[in-house]
Amino acid sequence: MTFLATEIPAHLVRLSSVDVVIVAFYFALVLSIGWYLKGRANTGEDFFMAGREMTAWVAGLSFLSANLGALELMGWAGSAYQYGILATHWYWIGAIPAMLFLALVMMPFYYISKTHSVPGYLKLRFGEPSRALSAISFAFMTVLMSGVNMFAMAKVMQIVLGWDINFSIWASSLTVAIYVTMGGLRSAIFNEVLQFFLIWAGALLIPILGLYEAGGWTNLKLLIAQRASEQYIHLWSGLGSFSNNPMGINWVGIVFGLGAIISMGYWTTDFLVVQRILAAKDIRSAEMAPIIGAGFKMFVPIIVILPGLLGLAVLPEKLLPESVAAISGGHSYNDVLPLMLARYCGPGLLGLGVTALIAGFMSGMAGNVSAFTTVWTYDIYRPLINSKGSDHHYVNMGRWTTIIGVLISVGTAYLVMQFASIMDYVQALFSFFIAPLFGTVVLGMLWKRATGPGGFLGLLCGTLSSIGMWTWVKLDPTALRYVALSPHAKGLAQDMFQALWSFIVCVVVTVVVSLATKPMAEVELSGLVYGLTNVPSVGDVPLYQKPLFWAAVVTVVFFVLNIIFW
Amino acid sequence: MVSIWFFIGISLAVNGALILSAGIYQLVHPPVNPGIVLYHLHANVWWGAALLVFGLIYCFTFAPGRRS
Repeated sequence: MTFLATEIPAHLVRLSSVDVVIVAFYFALVLSIGWYLKGRANTGEDFFMAGREMTAWVAGLSFLSANLGALELMGWAGSAYQYGILATHWYWIGAIPAMLFLALVMMPFYYISKTHSVPGYLKLRFGEPSRALSAISFAFMTVLMSGVNMFAMAKVMQIVLGWDINFSIWASSLTVAIYVTMGGLRSAIFNEVLQFFLIWAGALLIPILGLYEAGGWTNLKLLIAQRASEQYIHLWSGLGSFSNNPMGINWVGIVFGLGAIISMGYWTTDFLVVQRILAAKDIRSAEMAPIIGAGFKMFVPIIVILPGLLGLAVLPEKLLPESVAAISGGHSYNDVLPLMLARYCGPGLLGLGVTALIAGFMSGMAGNVSAFTTVWTYDIYRPLINSKGSDHHYVNMGRWTTIIGVLISVGTAYLVMQFASIMDYVQALFSFFIAPLFGTVVLGMLWKRATGPGGFLGLLCGTLSSIGMWTWVKLDPTALRYVALSPHAKGLAQDMFQALWSFIVCVVVTVVVSLATKPMAEVELSGLVYGLTNVPSVGDVPLYQKPLFWAAVVTVVFFVLNIIFW
Repeated sequence: MVSIWFFIGISLAVNGALILSAGIYQLVHPPVNPGIVLYHLHANVWWGAALLVFGLIYCFTFAPGRRS
C-alpha cells in the first residue's frame, strides 16, 4: 500500500508504516469476525435475519452505522463548508423525528408481522403486485448504488492516498464478499458496530483540535462570519425565504419535504436500515434500537458538520465546487474532511482516520449487499422463481447472491468509471422510490380501508410522478420554479419538493382507488394495521427502560439543540 | 459466543497501542518538520492512551471467559 501511495504524488496525505499496520489490522479483524461467525449462519433466520437475537444497542448502533458511510461523512462535511450549519438539518429534523416515528409507530407492525423485509410487509398488506414492484426496484437500485459508492470511494482513495482505483475496488469488495458470505447479516451487523466505534475514534479528534486552534465556539462563529457570512451559523433564522440562506431553500421544504417526507421515507422504509431493526431480539429492543440510533445521530454533526465549519475558519486556502476544482486543480468542498485529517493527525492517528473512512465505506457496502441478498432471495426468487426450495437451498442462494451482488456492484463501478454521468442518473433513480414507498407503507399501517389495488397504484403513480418531475426539470431547468414554487429555488429544493409532491400523489391515488374498491376483510389485516392489532407490551419494566421515556428525552434534546443554534 | 463488545475492545486496544507507540517514538525522536498543526499537543500520545485504556476495559469486561 505504501508503494502505491508513493506512485502518485498529487495526493493529500502520505501514510507512515504504523498507519499501514492500522489499516491492515482492520482488514484482518473484519475477516476474522466473518470467519468466527461462519458457523452461525446455517439457517435462513441466521443468515438473513441474524437469528433475530440482537440487543437494542447492537441493533441501534448498526442501524445508525448502515447510514454513516464514508461518502456520507465526507459529503456532509463538504456541505457544511459550502452551506454552513444548515447542513445539520439532515442530521436533526431530517432524521430524528423519522427515527422516533419508526420506533413508536411503525416498528410494532414490522415486528409483529415477522416479515423478513419491507417488500415482505407490502405483500402481507397489499398483495403480490406491490411487493414485486418495490422488491424489484429496491434490489436493482441497491446493487447499482453500491457500485456507484464503490467507484466514488475508490476515487476518494486515489485523491486522498494515491491508491490505485482497481486496487481499492477489488480489495474492499472481496473483503466484504468474504465476510458477508461467511457470516450473513450477523457478520454485517457486527462489523457495522465496529465501524461505529472506529469512526468516532478516528474522527472525534478533528473537532477537538479544530476548536482549540479556532479559539473555541464563539471565536469560530466570528471567523466564519468574517470569512463567509453570518448566514452560515444559523439553522432556522435564514429559512424565511429562498434567497436568505446559502442553500436556496425555505422552511417549508426543510420541514415538510425533508423532515416529513424524505427522512420518513428513508429511515422507515429503506430496507437497508430497517433490516437492522428487524434483527432485534424482542419488541422492546426493536423499539429501543431506533431511539438509541436517534440519540447518537443528534451528535454525529460533531464529527461531520463541525469539521466542515472549522475548515471554513482555519484552512488557509478557499475550497471550490467539484467542477471548478477539477479544472483549476484546487481542492473541492468534499476534500475538507481529509484536509482537516491531514492538518491535525500525525502517524498512527492518520491511519485510524483513514481506517474510519474505509470502514465506513465497507460497512455501507455490506449493508447494501445484505439487504439486496435478503430481498432477492425472499421477495423475488422464492415467490416468483422457486417457491418449493428448502431452507438450506435459500441459504445457499443467499450466499451466491452475496457474491453475485458484489460482482454486479464491481461491474457498475467500472461502468461509472467509463461513463461518469451514470452516477447522477443512478442517484436520482434511487430517490424516485423513497417518498411514494413511505406513503404506501404508512397508509397500509394506519388506515385499514386501504386496499391492495389502492396500495399498488398509489406506489406506481407516486413513483411515476417523481420520475416525471425529475425529467421535466432535466429537460427544462426553469421548471424548478414550478416544482419548488419559487423562482429563487436551487438544486436541493428540487429534491425536497419532488418528494413532497410524489408523496401527495401516492396518498391521493391510494385513497381514491381504495375507496372505489372492495374493502379487505378485517381478519386479513390483523397484525398489520393500527386498530386491528394487539401491540404487545414492552413488559413490566422501570420507567428508564421504556422506549416512550427515552423517545421523550431525545425529543427534548432535539428541540433544545434546534433552539440553541436557531 | 464471543461478544461483539470484546471485538471492539480488541480493535480499540490494538489501535490505541499502535498510536501511543508512534506518539512516544515522536516524543523521543522529534521530527524536524512534523507536518501537522498543533504538533506540540502530542495528540497521538493522549488519544492513543485513551483508546488503549478504553479498549482494555472493554476487553476485560466482555472477555469470553467472564460471560456465560
